[in-house]
Amino acid sequence: MATKKKQTPAAKTVKTPSAMDRVKLARDAKRPHIGDFINYVLDDFEELHGDRLVNDDRGLVGGFGTLAGRHVLVLGHNKGETVEENMASNFGMANPDGYRKAMRLAKLAEKFHCPVVTFVDTPGAYPGREAEERGQAEAIAKSLEVFALLKTPVVVVITGEGGSGGALAIAVGDKVLMMENAVYSVISPEGCAGILWRDGAKAPEAAEALKITAPDLKRLGAIDEIIPEPAGGAQKNKKAACLAVKKAVAAALDELDAIPCDALVEKRYAKLRSLGNFY
Amino acid sequence: MAWFEKNETPPQIPPAKALWAICPKCMSHMPKAAWKANNSICPKCNYHGRLAARERIAQVADEGTFAEVFREVSYSDHLEFHDATGDYKTKVEATIAKTGEKESVVMGTCEIGGHKAMLGVMDFAFMGGSLGTGTGERIARACEQARKERRPLVIFSASGGARMHEGILSLMQMAKTSAAIGLLKEEGLPFISVLTDPTTGGVSASYAMLGDINITEPKALIGFAGRRVIENTIHQKLPPDFQSAEYLEKHGFIDKIVERKDLKAFIAKMLNYWGF
Ligand SMILES: [Zn+2]
Repeated sequence: MATKKKQTPAAKTVKTPSAMDRVKLARDAKRPHIGDFINYVLDDFEELHGDRLVNDDRGLVGGFGTLAGRHVLVLGHNKGETVEENMASNFGMANPDGYRKAMRLAKLAEKFHCPVVTFVDTPGAYPGREAEERGQAEAIAKSLEVFALLKTPVVVVITGEGGSGGALAIAVGDKVLMMENAVYSVISPEGCAGILWRDGAKAPEAAEALKITAPDLKRLGAIDEIIPEPAGGAQKNKKAACLAVKKAVAAALDELDAIPCDALVEKRYAKLRSLGNFY
Repeated sequence: MAWFEKNETPPQIPPAKALWAICPKCMSHMPKAAWKANNSICPKCNYHGRLAARERIAQVADEGTFAEVFREVSYSDHLEFHDATGDYKTKVEATIAKTGEKESVVMGTCEIGGHKAMLGVMDFAFMGGSLGTGTGERIARACEQARKERRPLVIFSASGGARMHEGILSLMQMAKTSAAIGLLKEEGLPFISVLTDPTTGGVSASYAMLGDINITEPKALIGFAGRRVIENTIHQKLPPDFQSAEYLEKHGFIDKIVERKDLKAFIAKMLNYWGF
């Protein structure tokens, strides 16, 4: 293992971005966000609001639409494009209300056998007073349970920042796709550096150690496929980036079509079961 | 997710006072022997302190009934993780030597007040009770064996969250354990979750909050994000009892706060109500 990790610089013909380079790309404000995906990946879309309990969280949005001729439920973190939107959505850090809305809509999709497509892009679940009082932990936990057992196909796309539990809450599915420069991690590199290096400035080292890039995650089995991005990153050509996502999602849905729902849940469980079973 | 590292360091005790225990909630001092004699419960404020997994098992399982399972499942250093303070492997091996446990949850079959059960107890002394691949694997296997043998599942949690040294696969244990618990509950088997001090981060945000009933002990810390993280985000001071067992019960996320001495009887009573 130790010898495999070492790459001689001479063997690299194209400079591979470092983990921290990708973290920066994943957080780039010009990167395609949920609005772009709805615009370019879907033919039409109707947003549905609210968790039926207290609120309509703007950090996580959902609705039904058409994707390559197919009716689907779309769920996604919403970072917002303007300062006002950023504030209203906490930069895509969802509240429990957001996860409960996602669960409500997912159960609705299951009822009508609509596949679910999720777009994951969040620094993490919102760390707020009301978020805790309304059960952030319970909402994420329940979401994991609901998506693991959902009797309809679920395709997940990690599009930007896959920030720990807040990302995972809508990232349990049959196919987990990841854009080339997205990152997905148990903790932010800054958070990890602050704890284990006692120095937030050591984030690049933490990013490297945590193995959070798409190629590393594919090797570890945490994701299934990498969606290529335009040269220089998705922010250079949003439309082309979104169309590559559309193609990959449509292919994944085609593949899942053939599997009966009960078998789907069994297969999904078997896959989760294999993650981190070294014994 | 592991935002609670501060709680892993015990309160600073000057060497001269090494024989003294200090209650982390009310700061009162007492001889360590007195603290232990009172079952690690503060006689002043009734804070229910942390127990080693084996101490808890001895208090909950009927005498002589606990049979440990999955002890061969341990940690994994698939990332060959090392940070400024050293290798993960070195740290975890030191933890194993210190605690005698090979993972942060100890699992076994037993009887509780005459009711057969699958019992899991987390040990905070093992890497802050963090959720590693071995922890997740033990819990998933426990759910599967419980389904096969029609055993109710009881898990005592004590954890700072996911184990970042095991990277993304530690995060995946949240999904794996939640799925396994979901399948168990779908088959009509009960899951009683006992959230002890502290239960936070990726553990509270997965199996620990998925109990058919979630119960806890007085003054336990239960939450998702860390107090400091929240205060830095909202630029406000939080109330002193924020994320306490009492606070969570008031907000509807805990079924009952149960005194340590009554826990076993309470669990047995619920299993009896439900016909197990
Ligand atoms: Zn006290």
